[in-house]
Amino acid sequence: MIGVIARKELAAMFHTPLAWLLLAVLQAICGYVFLVGLDGYLEKAPMLAQYPDPPGLTEVAAAPVFGTAAFLLLLATPLMSMRLIAEERRNQTLALLVSSPVSASHIVLGKFLGLFGLLALAVGLFTLMTLSLSAFTPLDYGLIAANAAGALLVAALCAAVGLYCSSLTAQPVVAAVSTLAALILFWVVGLGASDPSSWTRWISMLGHYQSFANGLVNTADLLWFALATALFLGLAVRRLDRDRIYS
Amino acid sequence: MNDALAPILAASNLSRHYGARHAVRDVSLTVARGEVLGLLGPNGAGKTTTLQMITGNLAPDAGEVRIRGIDLLDNPVGAKRHVGYLPETPPLYRDQTVREYLRLAARLRRVSKAKVAAAVDRAMERTGVGDVAGRLIGTLSKGYQQRVGIAQAIVHEPDLVVLDEPTVGLDPNQIRDIRALVRELAGSHSVILSTHILPEVETVCDRVQILHDGRVVYADTIAALRNQRGGQALTVTLLRPPDGETLRAVPGVRSAELLAPGRFRLVHEPGASPAEALARRCVVDDWGLVALVPEETTLEEVFVQLTQRDEAEAPVAETQP
Repeated sequence: MIGVIARKELAAMFHTPLAWLLLAVLQAICGYVFLVGLDGYLEKAPMLAQYPDPPGLTEVAAAPVFGTAAFLLLLATPLMSMRLIAEERRNQTLALLVSSPVSASHIVLGKFLGLFGLLALAVGLFTLMTLSLSAFTPLDYGLIAANAAGALLVAALCAAVGLYCSSLTAQPVVAAVSTLAALILFWVVGLGASDPSSWTRWISMLGHYQSFANGLVNTADLLWFALATALFLGLAVRRLDRDRIYS
Repeated sequence: MNDALAPILAASNLSRHYGARHAVRDVSLTVARGEVLGLLGPNGAGKTTTLQMITGNLAPDAGEVRIRGIDLLDNPVGAKRHVGYLPETPPLYRDQTVREYLRLAARLRRVSKAKVAAAVDRAMERTGVGDVAGRLIGTLSKGYQQRVGIAQAIVHEPDLVVLDEPTVGLDPNQIRDIRALVRELAGSHSVILSTHILPEVETVCDRVQILHDGRVVYADTIAALRNQRGGQALTVTLLRPPDGETLRAVPGVRSAELLAPGRFRLVHEPGASPAEALARRCVVDDWGLVALVPEETTLEEVFVQLTQRDEAEAPVAETQP
């Protein structure tokens, strides 16, 4: 059932030009960042070679693509997530799902996977773009894999937050604005903290993403993303169930 | 429990309030296999709330819903398999084609993958939307959209089909088509139909429950409702009328009232119309009979009587198994 709902959501996104446009725009921006990185590396390569342990092409040109991508996902997710539940509520189409033999968690997981599918596709495209360098030079595949994993985790958390915000309202635009606000806050919250062990650092998405960007797959960070994603999905399930009780 | 005799739907003592307002109080419904139940009531009587509760879209504050013996609150997924629901606003995805949409509905209702195509074709054939199968739902007329809405409610061959005001906003031809469709559905499904249009109940339902102010104020068969409507008066028009005394003397006539020259209203015992005896006298005595019309309380009048009665007088209606 989850698969049926996920496929339906993914198909619905590609029914509108929005998904195509979004993929194209994200790809174009990341492509530009990638080119700039590549250019910078070629310029600085002779200078970098004088260091004892010079940073490689992957570090200089490929990894920053994922940093940009993660931030762009933050901005793009609200546009895709806003309609998931809010629009169904506004158009009164939620009844199709609710009167079907599927539970609220099926609905939420299905919609989450549909959106995550689209975001993962975008991350996949960025990854392929960086991997295209392998035709010309050896790459640090571990670093790329860690970066891609980090971007996927950010995508999953963004999708979960977006879905939860969408479940709160019948106005897609309200859902989009609140998602954007929540995600940006989530991203920047630890920036000002000088103490690395402060709680603001701990709840910041950026802090947990950073280790992936450095090529370090840290189970604590992995777990943090998994828990945060599950938390928002759980809240969305609760919210949908509450619809039947109060409304 | 004998499965064939057990009611498809047994909802008992449902109550639901929104804030301080009681939308539904102590409503019980039972629907037997193959039966069409009409849920009748003015706007705001609690029809939609009741239907939302028996389809699992709304949790009741109190009461129990069993569909084929499965408790809807304990096992919603198991119970919902046997229900098809068309809400007041059909839950249609405007940017899907009819076929895509019905395939999705069938899959959501757990029709196995191998059977989806056949189930969709059958639902489209029964609702007459086969000729628009490839069109986007958003481009269809209201009548067709309503049919697609019904198609999604029957695509998984549920035992119970719940239709909330299926003919609202349609033109007379479309209304006739939808009614014919509901009658056809009754052969293989149990149907609950909510409406505020009285003739609709009369033409398609076996039984009727009238809701008013969140309570059931009437519950009986359509035949009984018709009997209740049975009039107690005749209007007769005569070219050469006798005087009132002579008319009153006709067996069965209790009183005669002159409405206009030659036109009388004759009151009689309920269920014992003197029409035949009267017609015979007209011929024998050459009164020049031109019209003999039994006076019927319209369904509207029954409805108004039931829904405007004081709450204190309202009988607690019994539901029939």
